[in-house]
Amino acid sequence: MATLVDKSKVPWWVSNLIVPFVNLTLALIVSGLFIFIAGENPFEAVKLIIYGSFGYIEGFAYTLYYTTNFVFTGLAFAVAFHCRLFNIGGEGQAYIGGLGVFLVAINFSFLPVPIVWLLSIAGAIVFGAAWAFIPAYLQATRGSHVVITTIMFNFIAASLMVFLLVDVIRDTAQMGPHTVAIPEEQFFPNFKDFAALFGMKIRYSPLNISFLLAIVASFFVWFLVWKTRWGYEMRAVGHNTQAAIYAGISPYKNIIIAMCVSGGLAGLLGVNEILGVHHKIVAGFPAGYGFTGIAVALMGRNHPIGIFPAAFLFGILYQGGSEVTFDMPNITRYMFVAVQGLIILFSGALENLFRPQIESFFVNKLNREIKA
Amino acid sequence: MVSPILELKDISKSFGHVQANKNINLSINKGTIHGIIGENGAGKSTLMSIVYGLYQADSGTISINGKKINLKSPKDSITNGIGMVHQHFMLVENFTVLENIILGFEDELVFGKNLEKAKKNLKDLCDTYKLNIDLNSTISDLSVGFRQRVEILKSLYRGAEILILDEPTGVLTPQEVDELFKILRSLKDEGKTIVLITHKLIEIMDLTSEVSVMRQGEMVGNTKTKETNKEQLAEMMVGRSVLLRLHKSDAKRGEEVFRVKNLTVKDDLDVTRVKNVNLEIHAGEILGLAGVTGNGQTELLEALSGIRKVESGEIYLNDSIISDSQNFLNPRELKEKGLAHVPEDRQRMGLVTDFKAYENLIFGYHDQKPFSKSSILNHTDILSHSKKIMKEYDVRPQSPNLITSNFSGGNQQKIILSRELNENPKVLLVGQPTRGVDIGAIEFIHQRLIDMRDKGVAILLVSVELDEVLSLSDRIVVMFDGNIVGKKENKNVTDRELGLLMAGVV
Repeated sequence: MATLVDKSKVPWWVSNLIVPFVNLTLALIVSGLFIFIAGENPFEAVKLIIYGSFGYIEGFAYTLYYTTNFVFTGLAFAVAFHCRLFNIGGEGQAYIGGLGVFLVAINFSFLPVPIVWLLSIAGAIVFGAAWAFIPAYLQATRGSHVVITTIMFNFIAASLMVFLLVDVIRDTAQMGPHTVAIPEEQFFPNFKDFAALFGMKIRYSPLNISFLLAIVASFFVWFLVWKTRWGYEMRAVGHNTQAAIYAGISPYKNIIIAMCVSGGLAGLLGVNEILGVHHKIVAGFPAGYGFTGIAVALMGRNHPIGIFPAAFLFGILYQGGSEVTFDMPNITRYMFVAVQGLIILFSGALENLFRPQIESFFVNKLNREIKA
Repeated sequence: MVSPILELKDISKSFGHVQANKNINLSINKGTIHGIIGENGAGKSTLMSIVYGLYQADSGTISINGKKINLKSPKDSITNGIGMVHQHFMLVENFTVLENIILGFEDELVFGKNLEKAKKNLKDLCDTYKLNIDLNSTISDLSVGFRQRVEILKSLYRGAEILILDEPTGVLTPQEVDELFKILRSLKDEGKTIVLITHKLIEIMDLTSEVSVMRQGEMVGNTKTKETNKEQLAEMMVGRSVLLRLHKSDAKRGEEVFRVKNLTVKDDLDVTRVKNVNLEIHAGEILGLAGVTGNGQTELLEALSGIRKVESGEIYLNDSIISDSQNFLNPRELKEKGLAHVPEDRQRMGLVTDFKAYENLIFGYHDQKPFSKSSILNHTDILSHSKKIMKEYDVRPQSPNLITSNFSGGNQQKIILSRELNENPKVLLVGQPTRGVDIGAIEFIHQRLIDMRDKGVAILLVSVELDEVLSLSDRIVVMFDGNIVGKKENKNVTDRELGLLMAGVV
């Protein structure tokens, strides 16, 4: 029989720092083995990752750009998860959210730019939320499981967007499946523009003021989940639906609220990608950020304070990984998908692999110290 | 001099750093009924699980007939003649009695000769101990009392010389308890040894010849039953003197505040569980609702508190309808109207066990001022309220930031009670207020309920503990199969009378 640990006696830093750190280290060791088998030096690879993501200013900017996307999708997953809803539809909600951004930006271009921005952000939230609303409604009234419906809705969103990009909103002046660009004055200022203000001349990077929006979103999620009545009710429904009903809290209402907030947050990814980077809708722009967001949220223990560093870590991997694939011919892009997979495996699926041992080790150590 | 058949020496067992058993010594004589008594969490069940091979002790030895044995799994203890009847029966519901008993001991691939032999053995056992079981009946058709007998028969068939019973009477009617005790006595007379784990003093006094008392993982007393009394045992269990009789004055019955008229309620499977029930509760009285678990009390309570839809009939609070088949107020609206509810199952319904204590202390009242202002939770006020109320109700430990699942059952119950009683309700619905709660807390909870009554609150007490209903209620109704089968003033009512009603005999 496994030893039971009294959870209340486990110091917070053991479960929230040491355990994720051990899991991450294991993932990296196994990844190192893969790189070694592929015929490259894993230590060199680590050096390249660090150089790529921190070594020069544009590289670091790229890291933060990826971080922004992961924060949005990670928060999206976390909010739904507090109501025990497994929203794996972030990908589709982000895609549709992007549609919202674009439609607002293109149709309200007569308004002052800051207002267009605010309206575009609202568009992203409303469209993302609307796409999450349908699975939420089906879950709340019919009990159709959101895991099934949201993943279906990713495919539906992808097909819908391809249809729109080919037949409805395509830029007819060219052949590719993307729209016309939004007016140039609506482009989000990016990092290069900011640096120029201070007289620094750097090359282009996609980092833009959406990063600040990610910080605001993190604060918003923390406040919503832990400081408001809505967050309280959402968590109550998530932890114990029976008890929620007893207390007069409607599971129906809260499932829908949680999913819509979740979808809205995922939709914000469209703000970063469209106002900040592509300035138009490009087919497939969510590029898997929605799925990686699940791992980010799990690793960050569904708390904004955890999600931010987890998103940063994945940002490093994305940016540093592309650096490695440039310099090491034996390491392909797919190799880094495998590395990400390993991190997801160790910090998500195998999260509890070593948790009991680590926790009981520290609890016993503390006990000895108390006795001594 | 009788020799001990089972002897435990220095048994210790801890889970993590929680020590469930500390250096336990116990010797049980052959052919006796030995009681082990203690509060919830005293370590009785852990100790017996060690004897049954479910857990392994960290240290210490177990001997049977003077020979040291090593118990690695229940299979080892069965071969050593130890059988156990658990609180929750381990039976396959859609199998027959015979199939359940030979399960795991089939011996042959195609049933034939051995099965016939088993049947004959079982019949003999049934006759010897007057178990009166039809081997071919399906478990799901049997009453709880009979299912328990099947468990006993199963142990005997597997050669048990020592039979451990864990809280065997919790789910039985008084008549069934009598039957069980008869069986246990006849087992003793045939030379079997019985270990009875219980927290009910009356059973110890009735049945056992020796008794051991456990408290907080330690064995605090061993004595012959006839050399002790209830008060002394209770004191040993709790570690201080306990009031076994409640101080209760006569009720000052006020106006009728709550009325249930021709109420019919269905459960989730569309089975009618409450049938045309009529009740009325006056201010300043406790109405006790007695009945064996599963006779519609749960559904009744849920309907009265606005959780479950009413099929037909009406519920009135202060002469205005709060619920009928067309529309009903939800629990939150009822709370605002002064109807508080302490649910039967605190962990499933009354609490979010993953929440911090302070979050549970405002549960259901969280949208009211001062806890919440324009939907933002006011943590300063919530925390100071929580500290105050935890002190007032003696919730231990007094840390509002602790996760609720870390509190003991009694303290969890106090969290719910303090929350529900604090809002000065007019009507209080209470389900199983002391289920799984230790003696010290029971005393406290009972006193609080009486205080509420004396303040003029109308209280409906639903409990399967007959003693509780008898000691608290001013009037008693008995529920059987969804019907109210008896209404009595609580004067000179005996548990026999109620027991017959509960069993649906009268």
